[in-house]
Amino acid sequence: MENIHHWLSEHGDYLYRFALARLRDPHLAEDAVQETFLAAIKNPSFAEQSSARTWLTGILKHKIIDTQRKSVREIAASELIEEDANMDEFFDAQGHWSDLPQEWGMPDSALEQQQFLAILQKCLDKLPAKQQALFMLRDVEENENEEICKELNITATNAWVMLYRARMGMRKCLEMNWL
Amino acid sequence: MLTCKQASQLLSQSLDRKLSAKERLFLQLHLLICKYCKRFGIQIRILRTALKKLSVNVESDENVRLPSDARARIANVIESTKN
Repeated sequence: MENIHHWLSEHGDYLYRFALARLRDPHLAEDAVQETFLAAIKNPSFAEQSSARTWLTGILKHKIIDTQRKSVREIAASELIEEDANMDEFFDAQGHWSDLPQEWGMPDSALEQQQFLAILQKCLDKLPAKQQALFMLRDVEENENEEICKELNITATNAWVMLYRARMGMRKCLEMNWL
Repeated sequence: MLTCKQASQLLSQSLDRKLSAKERLFLQLHLLICKYCKRFGIQIRILRTALKKLSVNVESDENVRLPSDARARIANVIESTKN
């Protein structure tokens, strides 16, 4: 039991970074870390042979998924239909690009790369929470689509539509701010 | 012939599932004549790579630390759970 306080000082920062990288919201990340320590107290199944950090990270992963699931769960069916139809800002009635995708100058220097990532961050922050969560699960963590759908309780088609929508929005945001 | 709207949808989905042979064929034909959709396809892949980098950056940034008020709160919660 005394271990818990030791773990907090030893692994607290690491767990927080791990959660922040995936949840992107400081408060959600703090809560996930807190939930992790609570679960660790209640479930003393920790085997001495595995490292405490690995064990805690395993618990944290579940807490992160729970949080992401909550963000995505707030999808009403009507909202999905709207998302599907609502691509009008990107295409004209004939299905042609309204704004033609422009050539991106790729960031070469380290400084330019930092700037690019900073803009990416801003664009990501503007996305609805559920699209951010999907992005994290699919593009960053590289979970299989099936897995994501099961975890988030959405259909594969829902996921494709939302990811498409998210990529379109991100691409446009980057183009407006990077070029 | 696919429209750009349809082609961009397939390009996005190709990151998430295996397209059918027919879909791949139609997409390839469209990309042969449409540099804008080709660009779009490249850019959403760049997007994926950059997102990964962004996440790795946060995770490995030693300057990012559990805020002290959150740390104190969690320590309190641990204490109160013990009793």
